Amino acid sequence: MSLPSRYWREIPQRYRLEAYKCQNCGAVHFPPRLVCSKCQSRKMEKIRLSGRGQIVSFTIIRVPPHQFEDQAPYAVGLAELEEGIKLTAQIVDCPFEELKTGMKVKVEFRKVFQQGESGILCYGYKFVPE
Amino acid sequence: MRDVAVMGVGMTKWGELWEKSLRNIFVETALQALDDAGIDKIDSMHVGSMSSGLFVGQEHIASLLTDYLGVNPIPCSRVETACASGGLALRTGFMEVACGMSDVVLVGGIEKMTDVSGSEATYALGSAADQEYEGYHGITFPGLYALIAKAHMEKYNTTREQLAQVAVKNHSNGSLNPLAQFPFKVTVDKVLNSVMIADPLRILDCSPITDGAAAAILCPVDMVKQKGKPVIKVTGSGHATDSIALAHRDDITWLEATYQAGKKAYGMADKKPQDIDVLEVHDCFTIAEICVLEALGIVEKGKGGEAVEKGLSSLDGKIPVNTSGGLKAKGHPVGATGIAQVIEIVKQLRGEGEKRQVKDARVGMTQNMGGSGGSTLVHIFEKE
Amino acid sequence: MEGIVGYGAYIPRNRITVEEIAKVWGADAPSFKKGLMLDEKSVPSPDQDTITLSVEASKNALKRSQIDPAEIGAVYIGSESHPYAVKPSGTVLAEALGATPEVHNADFEFACKAGTEGMFVAQSLVKAGEIKYGLAVGADTSQGAPGDALEYSTAAGAAAFVFGKENLVARTLETYSFMTDTPDFWRREYQYYPQHAGRFTGHPSYFRHIKGAAQGIMEKAGMKPQDFAYVIFHQPNGKFPFRVGKMLGFEKSQIEPGWLVKTLGNTYSGSSPLGLTSTLDISKPGDKILMVSYGSGAGSDAFIFEVTDRIDEIRDLAPRTRDILDKNKNYISYGVYAKFRKKIRKAE
Repeated sequence: MSLPSRYWREIPQRYRLEAYKCQNCGAVHFPPRLVCSKCQSRKMEKIRLSGRGQIVSFTIIRVPPHQFEDQAPYAVGLAELEEGIKLTAQIVDCPFEELKTGMKVKVEFRKVFQQGESGILCYGYKFVPE
Repeated sequence: MRDVAVMGVGMTKWGELWEKSLRNIFVETALQALDDAGIDKIDSMHVGSMSSGLFVGQEHIASLLTDYLGVNPIPCSRVETACASGGLALRTGFMEVACGMSDVVLVGGIEKMTDVSGSEATYALGSAADQEYEGYHGITFPGLYALIAKAHMEKYNTTREQLAQVAVKNHSNGSLNPLAQFPFKVTVDKVLNSVMIADPLRILDCSPITDGAAAAILCPVDMVKQKGKPVIKVTGSGHATDSIALAHRDDITWLEATYQAGKKAYGMADKKPQDIDVLEVHDCFTIAEICVLEALGIVEKGKGGEAVEKGLSSLDGKIPVNTSGGLKAKGHPVGATGIAQVIEIVKQLRGEGEKRQVKDARVGMTQNMGGSGGSTLVHIFEKE
Repeated sequence: MEGIVGYGAYIPRNRITVEEIAKVWGADAPSFKKGLMLDEKSVPSPDQDTITLSVEASKNALKRSQIDPAEIGAVYIGSESHPYAVKPSGTVLAEALGATPEVHNADFEFACKAGTEGMFVAQSLVKAGEIKYGLAVGADTSQGAPGDALEYSTAAGAAAFVFGKENLVARTLETYSFMTDTPDFWRREYQYYPQHAGRFTGHPSYFRHIKGAAQGIMEKAGMKPQDFAYVIFHQPNGKFPFRVGKMLGFEKSQIEPGWLVKTLGNTYSGSSPLGLTSTLDISKPGDKILMVSYGSGAGSDAFIFEVTDRIDEIRDLAPRTRDILDKNKNYISYGVYAKFRKKIRKAE
């Protein structure tokens, strides 16, 4: 089990969707990166993503990794956000039969998993139908 | 640069090898390759392994394996680029021989996957995805390829049956390969009624968890000729990367790293897609084979599903794909897969393909892919 | 003058009915429904806890506040179901909103009164000029022991309030607290479920403290029941708020807009705060609102608010409480409920 440092480091992204916007070409990067992958500029500005978007593709995980065993089956989707970038997260509060590509979603703050019965609780974003 | 050839290959039966440890599986295979090449001395070694740490808690396997093969103190590196680690070992060895630093290099791959539970194996394989922004959210490898499959089906009208046909074809080929983990045939019906893993992918769309290794001996072409062995040259090598997170790709149905690696390999070998006689590709999931054929230019974008449906990629088709049974039927001991592909191509080009021999095969190609397409190695082989 | 700048609510979408619970324990559902005036209750999903409910309610409160979260000087969550025994809930909330690092934080716990405690302190710090804005949340994902009467009512929900001095949606006219040591409900360290004192939770506990707080604040403010458009009392079940309202001289119509318990259950620290968000949703400028919480142990906090003109501009910047409660429900079986609430013993 890793120390909480690894979790803690990602808090700005996971809790409030902090991203970088390239000041040269305007490309948005989530998670933040030090060099723009479109134009190699290193000038970045911190922004917060809206968390609203549309599902591009989705699946239902029926055989999960061990820390997600209690949650299966669960839906995971890839959504294109208003800012033009894509984000991967679980889709919750939506019956599986109502999942479809193109559906509008927004993010909600949820517990993603917990490190056993005594480790830290790991929070982050999940998609819910808009 | 010197011309490089494959002088010998080795591979033992793959599967759940309960009695065998990582080191012994590898050594058995490496000895077979040495025997096949008719040599007892090598200058160096490169071994691909994706995650010996997570699967058996053993790192530093380069030296472990040279020790147990009895070849210390020769140099050995363990190379890793997820499921393409074997392909990378090949390329690393190829460059070493081509540039003249070494004459005889053993390139191999190994994975011992069955000593952990299914969910731990799922986790270990998942570590080839972006752990903080994909794995964190509970997505698995079947899940990532399911996202690709869903998108491909919607964009190109690829059907569920076409995905199943990839498994049917590869299992049919695999039934002719005595070394395959699952050498039996399956039907479309059986695939479509198998257990759902990550919608729309079912268990028979997925490559299995496998213990296994593969090894090949590379050397300068002149040395093979001196020994009077069949000359199988490595004429093209391409290696490319892409984001490991699917979310960072413009079009998740397109494998850009495979396209780029293919372009390099075709250019180096001065070959075109239609020149390829036999092809081993990374069908970790049925959808992967479809996308790979598109990215390698074997078929047009969006036509990968049709290719299998129309029999283009069958054993008797225009370009037989995965004559070994592919990852699907032969098994997928992750780090070994890239080298096992080489072994199948070498056998085909030598005419040792037995019941699955492709007639007059002269040019073969391998495509070995890491993660959801974040890395790809493509190699072209020619019989002289 | 200080008061509420913005408010927000959040309720999980899962519901379990009284019938579904009664069926499992062989209890008489009609008499429970009639006796407690309770039809169903909200249930958190396994990925929801006091922290996640607080974040979502607070995001709604921020939408109505239209302020920069960095200007929030204090973040308080009141709850009896903080997910960690040791480690604050409020730090997660403050990070999620972007209110760190210049912010004061404390988690409150006082049975069902913890939410209004946070409101009391946030509002006081604003009044004292120590902070510009203070955020207070009442949230719970409370548990009743399987088969116990409490199991029919213990629910999940959160309400959040931003206090400040400008752009108020409701001015705070008065505050008052009434508290004694009355052990009517408790949970000892390492115990999974709370214990309660049956009928002792009625007169010497709930009724005495709510009456004491309501009478005290009205006397302090020189007001009487008829001066209020609405009143909110803590809602452990459907009956108690009406009964205490009658004792104090309030009409049913003053209570009803904030009376959510019939289809929500008892959200503990979120109970009277959600009653307030629901009441604000339908209030008019100039309306005066009395709110009295109750927490076992025992005590009550009371507030008198006066709604301002700004209510009409901001009420629809976030979902209304009744809409959250009534729309998009997902009814679950007792089996799913038991799984969600970790009442099933699994292999290690």
